[in-house]
This record gives sequence, structure tokens and C-alpha cells, in this order.
Amino acid sequence: MQFSIYRFNPETDRKPYMQEYVLEESAIRPGMMLLDALLAIKAGDDTLGFRRSCGEGVCGSDGMNINGRNGLACITPLNELKTPIVIRPLPGLPVIRDLIVDMEVFYRQYRAVRPWLINNDPVPEVEHRQSPSEREQLDGLYECILCACCSTSCPSFWWNPDKFLGPASLLQAWRFLADSRDQAANERLDELDGPFRLFRCHTIMNCVDVCPKGLNPTRAIGHIKELMVKQSF
Amino acid sequence: MNLPRRKFDTLIIGAGGGGLRAALQLSQADARVAVVSKVFPTRSHTVAAQGGVNAALANVLPDNWHWHMFDTVKGSDYLGDQDAIEYMCRAAPQAVYELEHFGVPFSRQQDGRIYQRRFGGQSRDFGGEQAARTCAAADRTGHAILHTLYQQNLRAKTHFFDEFFAIDLVRDREGYILGAFVMEIATGEVMIIEAKTTLIATGGVGQLFRTNTNALINTGDGMAMALRAGIPLQDMEFVQFHPTGIAGKGMLISEGARGEGGFLVNCEGERFMERYAPQAKDLASRDVVSRAIATEIRGGRGCGPGKDHVLLRLDHLDSDMIRKRLPAIRDMVLTFLHLDLCDTPAPVAPTVHYTMGGIPTNRFGQVVVPENQGPEETMPGLYAAGECACVSVHGGNRLGGNSLLDILVFGRAAANHIIGYLAENRYHRPMSDEEAEKSMARLARWDKRGEGESIDGLRTELGNVMEDYCGVFRTEEILKEGISRVEELVRRMDDATLKDHSRIFNTARVEAMELENLMDVALATVISAYSRKESRGAHSRMDYPDRDDLHWLRHSLYFREDRSIDYKPVRTKPLSVDAFPPKARTY
Repeated sequence: MQFSIYRFNPETDRKPYMQEYVLEESAIRPGMMLLDALLAIKAGDDTLGFRRSCGEGVCGSDGMNINGRNGLACITPLNELKTPIVIRPLPGLPVIRDLIVDMEVFYRQYRAVRPWLINNDPVPEVEHRQSPSEREQLDGLYECILCACCSTSCPSFWWNPDKFLGPASLLQAWRFLADSRDQAANERLDELDGPFRLFRCHTIMNCVDVCPKGLNPTRAIGHIKELMVKQSF
Repeated sequence: MNLPRRKFDTLIIGAGGGGLRAALQLSQADARVAVVSKVFPTRSHTVAAQGGVNAALANVLPDNWHWHMFDTVKGSDYLGDQDAIEYMCRAAPQAVYELEHFGVPFSRQQDGRIYQRRFGGQSRDFGGEQAARTCAAADRTGHAILHTLYQQNLRAKTHFFDEFFAIDLVRDREGYILGAFVMEIATGEVMIIEAKTTLIATGGVGQLFRTNTNALINTGDGMAMALRAGIPLQDMEFVQFHPTGIAGKGMLISEGARGEGGFLVNCEGERFMERYAPQAKDLASRDVVSRAIATEIRGGRGCGPGKDHVLLRLDHLDSDMIRKRLPAIRDMVLTFLHLDLCDTPAPVAPTVHYTMGGIPTNRFGQVVVPENQGPEETMPGLYAAGECACVSVHGGNRLGGNSLLDILVFGRAAANHIIGYLAENRYHRPMSDEEAEKSMARLARWDKRGEGESIDGLRTELGNVMEDYCGVFRTEEILKEGISRVEELVRRMDDATLKDHSRIFNTARVEAMELENLMDVALATVISAYSRKESRGAHSRMDYPDRDDLHWLRHSLYFREDRSIDYKPVRTKPLSVDAFPPKARTY
């Protein structure tokens, strides 16, 4: 099986290049994921750099661009990929080395939406009550693993990473707006106002297409816009 | 050379749930905290915890902390320290309510209170009917907790050193830990983080074994750092095999799957747990269920062409319930096995999951070592919490739902003790350049060039050796062979070299240092297992099939320097209630 993998080490390389690797058919087991293949390649060439941890799609470490589409290597079945398999780092972020990108812009956007529960009531002795239907509002939102597959597939993010907050952060903004326990809706909405932070989303929906957890940031962004309209009357 | 130095009140190594819970408590108390993590915090392995966290909230069924305590002591096969267990079980409800206040999206029941599910080893009224004690956010409880704790730390402005690898603790001549020698992975730059107090919260060491449920980062770094600083590891022979790892692959299927009504069958379709645990059946303690599965397989009643697994059935349950309560597990099984738990059973086998042993601490998270005065002298300023520590609340076998509880309760307890310590110890102790630079050699060693053993090859061999010679069923002969094989691998590590000598995000070098850590912990594990001549909890010796309280109701301590074992008594006296004396353990 043939692989073409993006390589770049700023210490030794003047510019990035694609390196070809071959994994013998004998090394390929049924049910193998792309991450297994990358680990097998790395066993023969320890200089190949990529992040990985849980191996089951919950930690969000191994987001990469696989045959032109962002995804997690650990839950991408090898046999569903056309060969040669072309692997590049997530687009739109500076490359540190090989498939490893500098995610600081992405994390800064996340911090910018104040992704924490704000509740100013006296702290109760027990839990806040939340009905099952109120809790259901958080499904499809809290599951985000911060892998950055969505934001780095979004053209609005590519053009304005410093001003547009990107789908992942906006999904989290809605996660707290939608939480019956949160009391900072007005402040949150004020902070999202303006031509860029939220409104640079042009509903291209690449984010929805690539999310490895099946989440829908575009819909969340739509909900925020609706709420803003409602609040302005 | 002059190493760059940064100074903080507290250094926390590890950004899983234990580290982050402690960091939050400290930041809220206005301590200056540095959290060093080799991965971005939300990549830590807490994120993978599925089923939930135990607390006697009594939201679903009657419950109280004392029953929880009994179950935990019994689950530990009486090796748990009863003062720490009482403390944890009493603190559990508050720990869960705090999480809820921080924003954790717990599942809810109709009245709006936190949903609790049934889990293994839980009972009402000291061994009676099944309890429902495990607070859950669907089957993503660890994810929900880890992200929430990270979010609250952002709010509290905790100082994070993301993707920094801690290489070694810095210890002065008098034995004080003064901080750690760390490397920024992205640049290869090294520095010293000086701290008045250091908390090790680096998690477990599942990567010792070929097949495990753990993330690749679970390499026992903190345990090995402690060993190299002269601190023993406690009860390392107790390695938990989770009954339901996906056969041959290792991914975890939460005990919640059985808690929601699933059960195990052998190749004859028999619900065999009824024979091994007539009352609790599939919700017996993990060591009991894992041993039962292994016994079925050894008896030729395994499933599949290799007869090497059993089946977990959920197909009799309401599929809407499965989609609602176990959505991530259903997705995972779809992804990795292409089958739907709603209508097809999944192949499962006992899989290495959790490290009961670790760095010995007391219930304040203080690291305790045998010194002149007794077996549990505190090391001033040094703390450990979570899976890397051994308090010991899990003893010989951890109950499902008690590990998230452990990290929350003892992360917070350690932080609270640290706050008191900082008030009395206002200044950093002086650190000489010589002390700071001792750890340089450990890093420089990987600059060696030329042909040599490969890290990947040695790591694979280590996983195979540990699985074959330190598995579910152990004997003197097998373990003896295991020790000599691990020792051989440790010798061969000296000949290992890397091809990658770059300073920039050199993952090969990190993996090499992780393997060194694994090797140190492997020796601790196999030598401790060889030394304990009884069967207790997860440690099952075919040549000593019974528990032997007369000789072995004691903790083992492994020392790296001379690869020796020492022992200390179990703390059988609780804080306020009567002790639970050892009894025969049936479920």
C-alpha cells in the first residue's frame, strides 16, 4: 500500500516535500485504521512526526488531512481510502514539523468564547436541577474533542483566523448559551456581535462534512444568529 | 551551563482529571500553579473514561457513603486502606456536586437530578441488593469531566505548559523535591521549573502490556520519575484486567454496558456469570468477572474460531435506550467491528486497564516512604494523586466508577494540603546548578548515533513479555522467567539509538524516554508479582490460589536501586466507623 506523506523539518529542510512510503501487504491486517499504518511506517522511520494518543477517536490528537479531507487517523479505516494515500497536516495552521501543526490560533479562539459555565447564584448544596429535555439541548455540542478538523476545513477560518472565531469555538459558544444553568447569555451574545467573529460564517458547511464526531457547528451558528435577532427586539 | 528557570508555588505534572482538579483548587486559592503536560490537557487519558463516577447521592435507589465504603473495601479484597476509603466515600457526593456546579453535563433523571447507573461491585446495605451509584454523562463521563475542569482552569487563569515533557524530578541532598527538569517538545529547549510543592498526577501505565484499553501516552512517567528519585512504588503487582475490552483490539466497552442490562455468554450461549457470582452475576467485581471469562476460555468454552473471547450481549435491550445511554460505545463498536450492539453481540476479553499500585501516599496526597521513623514518613512538599498514586483506596482491585472519584477527591485533597503547606513554607529552597543539571544526562543519552536496538522493537517485546509472563494467571515459574526477560530488555535498552536527532518536535526522543519509564515500571510490576505468594484481587497466583491474610494482608513496596521488595501494614482502621475485617469474598 502506497503513502505520500507531507514532510517538513524547519531545522533541516528549506521547504516541505512529499515523501513516498510503502507498507507491505503482509503488514496490513483486516480492520486496520490509518493510525495503525502510520505507526507501522514510523516503526521503520522514527523521524516521521505526528500526534496521537487514545487511538479511538476521543482525545482529538491525530487530526490530519487525508486524501484531501480532514479526519482522525485512528478512526479512518485503511480499506476505505484510495491509494496512494496522501496525508498532509491540517490546512490553515502553521506547520511545526511534518504532520504536526501549531494549534495556538485554534485554542485562542476557543478561549475567546469563554467556554465555561457562568452562574452567579449562590452555590446550592446539591446539584442544579436540569430537566432531561433541557439537558438534551447540550447533545451534539458537549461532545466536541477539539481536534480542529472543522475549523481548519473552513475557508472563512483560512482567510480570517484572527477575526472569525471558527466553527469549533462557535459550537462551544452555543453549548453554553444552550445550557439552562448558564446566566451570561447577553454578555456572550454581545461578545459575538460584529461583522467577523460569528457572521463570517457563510454556511459552506465543510465543518459539518468533516466532523469526526458527527457534530453540526453550522446549525449551532444558526441558533446563535436566531437568538441574537430575538434579543435585539 | 545555565539552565533557564521558572518559579512557581506549585508544579503539577500531568493534566488529566487529578492534575486539573488540584490546579483549579490551587488557582482559586491564588497560588501560582504551573501545569506541565506532555499533551494538550484535553488529550489526557481521563477523556476516555466512559461509565461514570461513584457517589452515594441516592438519586435513583437508596444509598449512603457507608455502603459505598463497604463495597470499596470488599472490592479491594481488603488491601485498601480504610481511612482513605472512608475519606473518599464521604467526600464523593460533594465532589460530584462541585463538578455539576462547574458545568459537567451530567445525564438527568425526570426530576432533574443527576442520573446514576448500576455498576459492578455495588450493593445496598453492606452486600445486599444491587445499588445505582455511578453518576454518568451518557457514556462520555470522563470527556465531560476533563473538558469542564480544563475550562474552569482557563477561567481561573492556571498557567499551562502544554506539550512539555517532564524528564526528572530535581531532588536536593536533604531529600527535598525542588521541582522538575522539563523539555518543551516543540523546540527541544530544556528548563527547570522550581516549585515549593510538586504534585505528580501522570496517570497509569497500561502501555506495559501488548493489549490494553489505554492511550499510547500512558507510560507511567511519574511512577518512573519517583523510582529514580529513590521513592518506592506500592502494590504494583495489582494490574486490573477489564472484563470487556474488544477482543484482540483492546478498546474499552464500559461496565455501564452491563450496568444497563447487558450480559456475557460463552460459546454455548450460556450466561456463565450466574455460576461464578450467583447474586451479582455480570455485575460482580472486575477481577471476578475477568477471571471467570479467562476460566471459560481456558475451559474451551470461548467463542470464535480461536475460542479466545466471549460475547457481550445487549441485543435484548431497547435500542432507543442504548442510543441514549451508550451512544459512544455503540459508535465505537460500529467503527472498529462494523457491528451494531443493538442487534449483534460484541466479542470481548479481559484487557489490561488500570494500575492499582503506584506512588505511596496518605489521604492528603502526601508521598510517604519508609524512613528512620516508620514506614510512612512524609516527603515534605511532594504529592501524588490519581492513577499514578497508591493511597490506597483500590487495594487489590478497583471498583468501576471509583477511579474518576479517586482523581477528584485526592486531587482536591492534595491541593488543600498544599495550600496549608505553602502558608508555612513561604520561600523556595535554594537549588544549586549541580542539582538542576543532573537530569541532563538522561536527555543527552539519546544523542548517541549509529546502529542499535530500535525503540519500537523493544517496546513491542516488552508488551509481549509482560502479557505472556505477568498476565491474568501467574505462577512462580512464569514470573521468574518474566523477570529475567524484562531484565534482558532493560540491558538491551543501553544499546538503543535513534535516527531522529532533531530538536524540533522530536517524537522519537519522547518515545525513547517513555520506554525507559516503562522499563523501570515493568521491573517493579513483575518483581512485585513474583514476591506476593498469595492470590488477592487482580493478582491471581495459580500456585497460591488462596488469599492469605495471615502473611499477606500488607502492602508491597518496590525499590529501584537494588530491585528489592519491602512491606508495610494495611491501614485497617477507618477514620470514624468500625473497621471491615477481612471476610470471604463472594458476589
